[in-house]
Amino acid sequence: MANKESFGRTLLVAAVLCLVCSVVVSTAAVMLRPAQQFNKDLDRKSNILAAAGLMEEGGDVEALFAGVTSRVVDLETGKFTDAVALDTYDQRKASKSPELSDAIPDDLDKAKISRRVKYAVVYLIENDQGVETVILPIKGYGLWSTLYGFVALDGDFNTVAGIGFYEHAETPGLGGEVDNPNWKASWVGKKVYPGGDVSQPALSVIKGKVKLDRAEAIHQIDGLSGATLTSRGVHNLIQYWMGAEGFSPFLGNLRAGEA
Amino acid sequence: MTDKTKDILFRPVFADNPIALQILGICSALAVTGQMSVSLVMCIALTTVTAFSNLFISIVRNQIPNSIRIIVQMTIIASLVIVVDQLLKAYAYEISKQLSVFVGLIITNCIVMGRAEAFAMKNPPLPSFLDGVGNGLGYSVILMTLAFVRELFGSGSLFGMQVLPLATEGGWYIPNGMLLLPPSAFFLIGGFIWVLRTFKKEQVEAVEYPMAPNTVGGHAAGEAA
Repeated sequence: MANKESFGRTLLVAAVLCLVCSVVVSTAAVMLRPAQQFNKDLDRKSNILAAAGLMEEGGDVEALFAGVTSRVVDLETGKFTDAVALDTYDQRKASKSPELSDAIPDDLDKAKISRRVKYAVVYLIENDQGVETVILPIKGYGLWSTLYGFVALDGDFNTVAGIGFYEHAETPGLGGEVDNPNWKASWVGKKVYPGGDVSQPALSVIKGKVKLDRAEAIHQIDGLSGATLTSRGVHNLIQYWMGAEGFSPFLGNLRAGEA
Repeated sequence: MTDKTKDILFRPVFADNPIALQILGICSALAVTGQMSVSLVMCIALTTVTAFSNLFISIVRNQIPNSIRIIVQMTIIASLVIVVDQLLKAYAYEISKQLSVFVGLIITNCIVMGRAEAFAMKNPPLPSFLDGVGNGLGYSVILMTLAFVRELFGSGSLFGMQVLPLATEGGWYIPNGMLLLPPSAFFLIGGFIWVLRTFKKEQVEAVEYPMAPNTVGGHAAGEAA
């Protein structure tokens, strides 16, 4: 047996080790991908439902999701479009593609996402009177990570019906409290726009607790304690996506019945 | 079970605890102890990684050239951590979302690396495996104690079950918000070490340099530098 400290032997051990380890790691990644994908899809659907306040404890996500219609919206015109096929369109991927997204000028990039998709997938829950709830995808940068989530608005397209983030890597226990059910519940019933003006969203996450006796309390959410930067990130992304660059043209059209 | 295996397995729990005595692996002890369920998964993940990295490293220890031994250990540990992370994403999705980066950070956890270098490189596979389990248990004891205190007094719950009814939800308990912040784990670890060393006096370290007065030419300071 050759000396184990020799040059050739060292290279050999390194090569064999790398080969074995990469086979193990890639096997695990490939074999577990379907289960992970299933979890992710289920999680996304239950987040859409949770944002709309439709999620029931122990309910069948797939069955509940059947009442939800998915539609594509052109963010530029604020109208429904068939420019991309719903079942093949991946909004996450589109936000990186030059054809399907636009760079956001620095001064408008409140949510720090640098590119905005041209087409967004929104979810509608309709009843006999028309749209009951509209669920909009939102994302923006917090402290460590981009937060991905949904915000649901009632049929007046102004009252928040729910909010939820399905992906982020904020600090557990601090920024991670964006997942806290009590905090999420505090959003319900808040109004996005003051008066009838859909161009300027007033909904904001403030530092500290909301003073409920103030008139502006209807537009304010408690900041998360110990997570100033995550709270600010959530504030900014709400301001961005509810504003003129985001969904406010679409919401205006929906309200006028012209989407 | 012979006395020696028992020793390898249980010594690291109190007598030679990796966190309390060797002060290793503090980072994740601060980060993930806000909730017991999250801590428990973290403990299982770390114990698994430490045990199996020790096992595999010990199996190949006679083949590892000395010049690249740390890299070899790191590669094995990193591969194991990736596999554990993938498993969590597939089968414990909710918790893996909360643990986020901290599972990945097991790679840099000093306990894993420390046991690989100190024990597994020199001992046969089975004792190495047990040593890994033991050190994982030592880590777990501290993490679960911390998480118990932090979750009970920080959120009034244990494993997510409400034990103390919160004032915000109509109960009487006003939670201590500081316990939800990572620095509180420092105080708790400090307290744990204090209690441990009160009962196990031999863990108290001898003073390396006694506090010296500011005299000119005092050689103690010079030596320390």
